[in-house]
Amino acid sequence: MKQLPVASKALSIIFALVWMVGCASTDTSEADAAAAAAAEQAAAEAAAEQAEAEAANKASMMQQAIEDAASAAGNVLYFEFDSATLRPAAQDILDAHIALAKTNGDSIRLEGHTDERGTREYNMALGERRAKAVASYMAASGVAGYRIESVSYGEERPASSGSSEGSWSQNRRVEIK
Amino acid sequence: MKQLLFTMLAFLLLVAQARAELVIEITSGRDNPTAIAVVPFAWSGFGAAPEDVADVIQGDLMRSGQFAPVSNNDMLNLPTREDEVFYRDWRTTNTEYLLIGRVSGEATVTVEYELFDVFRQTRIIAASESGPVAELRMLAHRVSDKVYQQLTGIRGAFATRILYVAVNREGGEDVYRLMVADADGVRDKEVTRSTQPILSPSWAPDGKRIAYVSFETTRPAIYMHNLVTGEKQQLTNFKGLNGAPAWSPDGNSMAMVLSKDGSPDLYLLDLASRQFRRLTRHFAIETEPSWMPDGLSLVFTSDRGGKPQIYRLDIATGDTERMTYEGSWNARASIAADGRTMVMVHRADGNFHIAVQDLERDQLSILTSTALDESPSVAPNGSMVLYATKRNGRGILAAVSVDGGVRFRLPSREGDVREPAWSPYLD
Repeated sequence: MKQLPVASKALSIIFALVWMVGCASTDTSEADAAAAAAAEQAAAEAAAEQAEAEAANKASMMQQAIEDAASAAGNVLYFEFDSATLRPAAQDILDAHIALAKTNGDSIRLEGHTDERGTREYNMALGERRAKAVASYMAASGVAGYRIESVSYGEERPASSGSSEGSWSQNRRVEIK
Repeated sequence: MKQLLFTMLAFLLLVAQARAELVIEITSGRDNPTAIAVVPFAWSGFGAAPEDVADVIQGDLMRSGQFAPVSNNDMLNLPTREDEVFYRDWRTTNTEYLLIGRVSGEATVTVEYELFDVFRQTRIIAASESGPVAELRMLAHRVSDKVYQQLTGIRGAFATRILYVAVNREGGEDVYRLMVADADGVRDKEVTRSTQPILSPSWAPDGKRIAYVSFETTRPAIYMHNLVTGEKQQLTNFKGLNGAPAWSPDGNSMAMVLSKDGSPDLYLLDLASRQFRRLTRHFAIETEPSWMPDGLSLVFTSDRGGKPQIYRLDIATGDTERMTYEGSWNARASIAADGRTMVMVHRADGNFHIAVQDLERDQLSILTSTALDESPSVAPNGSMVLYATKRNGRGILAAVSVDGGVRFRLPSREGDVREPAWSPYLD
């Protein structure tokens, strides 16, 4: 009878060993799978990252091109005397700024100006009419109206101080800011 | 150190003061001006006289273009009392009228004066003006007013003040100053200052409060400023235009231009309730309101016909009629106290002049010949129109009589001055 407990002890040891080995062998295969998955994921991530970086690079190049175009166009639109009609040249400049506005959510300030001829408050109204002509062109091209603020300075802030057509033509303007 | 700072501050203030100061240059007067001798007034106070009262009066009468003051050097004697007057001395120098006087007092001064008709050998005025010594120049202007009224039949407007905007380039930026000065440009004081534009100063009929437009918040807004207490209030803060404030003749409301509802239209602000009432509703530009003296209607500029012209709006009925038909461009009208003389900016041959239209005869005459004339403001007695123009590339103030016969210029010592606004009578 003395042997039984011994046998039973040995058995339980064997069982325990088998269980342990079994366990150990299970652990190993799971770890391998996890490692493989991680590697796979890392590779995918890296690929995605690369694609993203490429796309971002492309986008930033495009953004850069749009920004360059807007800054090359300048931010000043010029007008005829007593007129708020956009000239074709002004529309080209404006289109470059509209393209830029569509890439960001920045607010836009349009400052309307006139030359020194005529009365100050009438010019204040004329400057506003110019800024609003630009604002409605932008709105019609898909720039949300709430992003645009029009402020008229009338003849109060000339870009050029002389009293000849050379200066006046520089002063009849809308500045995009 | 404190003292040094104070001295520097005082110096800077003086420099700022000198910059905006106006200088008078008379360019044209009447053909046969009345010869009047204003003899230096006697001064019985302590020390030197604070002001040369006779000099102030001479300047006023000279500027009116209707008088030729006799030079002090041509005076054979210098009477200061009636018993010192010898008519023969004045007749020989062809003096038609003689003004003599005396100044006495300390903190409060009294100017006693007497006006004589040399040919009739009679005294036609014996009167006096009293006030604080700091206002001695104003007392002198009041003497001028009385003399002018006695000899022309028209109330004088010398004891009045003007508002104007002075612009100077300082440290790379423009500094805009709203200034107030006596009507002769002397005793100029800064009301407010900003590196953003200030424009459209306007007087309340009480001569104490003013309104103006300032961009100090980077957007235009209308402000009210009390010149006596220094108290300042922002009246409007709407999106778009906030401009052209014009106080009603009763002082209770203010016409102005707002574009908050779309295009620029006229609105009326009740100053007690702060309620706004829209007066015009048109897609064109409506601006530059100015009151008829009866306070029942406004004249204003509108380009509803294509180019700016002057219209008149009946406030009660809303009826509008066009007032100007001569020329393709007329703007910024204002009406003299007589209710029939309208001054405005009129474009002719591409140049902008000050013009006057007689509303009864519907006749327009051009008063100025310079190219960039604007902002006409009529004296409260309707005699002279103060306006802004450009001379040698600088903004200056100038004045012309309503009949075009008298002219003078008021350039500043430095920088540009513009947008004069003549005060109402102050007494």
